[in-house]
Amino acid sequence: MLDDGRVEELSSGRERGAGIRVVTGETTGFAHTADLSEAGLLRAAEAASAVARSGGGGTKTVAVGLSAVAGGDSPRAKPLGSKGATLELLRRADEAARASGDAITQVQAGCGGSRREILIANSEGLLARDQQARTRFSVSCVATGDTGMQTGFESAARTLGFELFDEVSVEELAELAAKRAISKLSARPAPSGELPVVLAGGSGGILFHEACGHGLEADHIVKDSSVYTGMVGQQVASSLVTLVDDGTVGSEWGTYSVDDEGRPAQRNVLIDKGILTDYLWDYLRARKEGRKSSGNGRRQTYQHLPMVRMTNTFLLPGEDDADEIVAQTPRGVYVAKLGGGQVNTTTGDFVFGTTEAYLIEGGKITEPLRDANLIGNGPEILKRIDAVATDFSMTPGTCGKDGQSVPVGCGQATMRLTGVTIGGTAE
Amino acid sequence: MSTATDVTEASTSGDPVDLLAIADRVAGWAQTGEDVEVYVARGDETEIRAYGGEVESLTSATSAGIGIRVVVDHRLGFAWAGSLDESVLAETLAEARDNAQFATPDEHVQLAVPDGVPAVSVDLWDDSLASVPTTKKVELALALEAQARAADPRIRQVDHADYGDGSVEVALVSTTGIRTTSRKTSGFISVSVIAGDGEASQTGGGYSVGRGFDGLDPDKATDDAVTRSVRLLGAVKGPSARTTVVFDRRIASTLLSVISSALSGEAVAKGRSFFAGRIGELVGDAGLTLVDDPTDPRTYGASAYDAEGLACRRNVLIDAGVLRGFLYDTVSASRSGVSSTGSAVRGGFSGTPGPGCRALTLAPGPEGYDEDAVLGVVGEGLFVQSMTGVHSGVNPISGDFSVGAEGLMIRDGKLAEPVREITVASTLQRMLHSLVAVGADVEWLPGIAAGQTLAVGDMQLSGS
Repeated sequence: MLDDGRVEELSSGRERGAGIRVVTGETTGFAHTADLSEAGLLRAAEAASAVARSGGGGTKTVAVGLSAVAGGDSPRAKPLGSKGATLELLRRADEAARASGDAITQVQAGCGGSRREILIANSEGLLARDQQARTRFSVSCVATGDTGMQTGFESAARTLGFELFDEVSVEELAELAAKRAISKLSARPAPSGELPVVLAGGSGGILFHEACGHGLEADHIVKDSSVYTGMVGQQVASSLVTLVDDGTVGSEWGTYSVDDEGRPAQRNVLIDKGILTDYLWDYLRARKEGRKSSGNGRRQTYQHLPMVRMTNTFLLPGEDDADEIVAQTPRGVYVAKLGGGQVNTTTGDFVFGTTEAYLIEGGKITEPLRDANLIGNGPEILKRIDAVATDFSMTPGTCGKDGQSVPVGCGQATMRLTGVTIGGTAE
Repeated sequence: MSTATDVTEASTSGDPVDLLAIADRVAGWAQTGEDVEVYVARGDETEIRAYGGEVESLTSATSAGIGIRVVVDHRLGFAWAGSLDESVLAETLAEARDNAQFATPDEHVQLAVPDGVPAVSVDLWDDSLASVPTTKKVELALALEAQARAADPRIRQVDHADYGDGSVEVALVSTTGIRTTSRKTSGFISVSVIAGDGEASQTGGGYSVGRGFDGLDPDKATDDAVTRSVRLLGAVKGPSARTTVVFDRRIASTLLSVISSALSGEAVAKGRSFFAGRIGELVGDAGLTLVDDPTDPRTYGASAYDAEGLACRRNVLIDAGVLRGFLYDTVSASRSGVSSTGSAVRGGFSGTPGPGCRALTLAPGPEGYDEDAVLGVVGEGLFVQSMTGVHSGVNPISGDFSVGAEGLMIRDGKLAEPVREITVASTLQRMLHSLVAVGADVEWLPGIAAGQTLAVGDMQLSGS
């Protein structure tokens, strides 16, 4: 972490351990331990099985074979960058951000890398392993002017080692973050009320992550706590919407070879031309429904129970021209960058926040707007998509659910919503 | 909700002497010319989720780890490991030492030195937690779920009913004279219910927290969850308007937590707070007095020592609307030319310390000012019982504030029809000046801020 022009913190750490899950009927016992000795593992196994003991004992001998993808042929096992090389990147980003304008008063640049080796074995005979390297670079800027301070942020993150920087220019990230902060110094308050909204390609994918992605996770479905329960086969979105969750895409942030239950990642079509086709599944929820996991059982670390999670969730591109979509919007809001969001899967109500947005007036992008949340209801908003362009791109993010964070990707091409409630302060 | 991992406590019987021995030993490996701080922690946790009259999951675990800071020539290096194995200890110290070589020399970088402020004694350990058998904890989780299902015919689902508890023990030793131990237990139950059916579904959650098992109150958790979900049934999209908003106690606690990041001495020193440079100025309504006091044992964040081993103390941040101070750890204090306020916090052994709040409270309004009284004073407006998008819509640097909200309209000083899918917006700066009322109904909620009903004027609602 380079902060305020200084390398303030170079932190490194490691952990290893085992999580043991014992499933009996509908009950899961779970224990984890950092003690990988035989005695330590047995203690954890005892603890995990204690809750299930009333179901009767017995021993089962299982043959296990290495069934899934090993990480050897994957770029995901590449080494992380040296400390010196990493610091050089941080310095370059700091300089580039500060050179973007005198208004930039603070720059914080961070680079983090992780390498994770996982081995999963279960009593059904599965033995799978994966090696996952992830690298993330981020720049946060503060710009100061007569109107106070504003912030800008940009990041790049991939399931790669240090070769991320063969593809990513840290200077470009820094300049984008700086530009974002500076432009908001002259921003006017965002409007309130409902307006058409054009979402630029990339971070707009957060809309789908919140408006339907979480609601399509099978743990919510089996508990009937999602607004999408029982809607497979029905029209849940505009016919322009084909939504895919795919953990196999290149080196995107949500990509992996096998999930944290040993199931290979796969491509899952969730919504096909507006029709809901399927949900996302992990081992437990799939078993309950007598089907196979869709490769979406993920956990933050060995200390966590697996849950149904998204991987890379994206809207397939359409046929419209991005510039034309703006030109054909007389008045509205153009969102160049979204920062994050949140959803209540039961009601479908969700919010997503802008970090770079502009007014659209007379078909042209005009004044910058201060940050605001937009609010909508998933099933209603998905039907209001009336244009999808061809300029597809992806954005990395961190998805939080029930106390666990996992890396995910979001993506879409420039698209328009006919009306969204904008949570600004202007009357 | 997870158990807190950042804890310190005055020495009592049952000190984690084994952890202290490890910390002493590693600190003893310091070389000439370097300062070393060793933070050793161990935790136990149990979590039980009930669903459909059965245990859905039961987690039990122990974890331990070490975090080491090394300062050489005003350069800081940090390394951590999720293990206390003998070989790992020396490697982690070596790694921290190596990391220090890459840092920029900075005259303000230093470890805490004992400052003579005596630590108060706060008892945060409940022995009973360890002696309650797991079967009793399971029974409580199952009973909580059953109670919530039966509480009201309009409850169609219990999304989750959880029991959780944990304990954390910490030893902190440095070559600059710090040597403390602390320990803390915590327990919680939490329930989330769904009222209504189909498109009319509404959700509500409730919880109860304590240091041990016996204080956990399933009636309170259930009542809260049921009331919150049922009273939202029939909610429609609310109106666009400029009006006064009453935040319920839980939401007000979240608001204070957000504002607190602008009161961090580090954020201020680095020009990342809208409070920077405003000490002595009027930053809020005269009715606004904000104090961080972890020495008050009633607060959830109560602690004898901060995360650098200095005594926690009472810090007045805003007094009658006037900005009086910020919260500092050792480094941010040096950067600002002041002394540490004993406000270092850290996220367990894998994190480095930084300044932060532990136990914020607002000076309460007039006696008897509970939720009903505040609603009566406000007359017309919006009562907010849940808030979304805080991380995506509230910026403690610019002060921009825009969140999603659910709640009930206030008419004639009373709660009226339920509304949803609206946003509430202002700036944090304006909100502090537009305070209409502070409740005297202090509730010691989990987290870093107490809950008190709060009314703020001149907020923009955006809806239909």
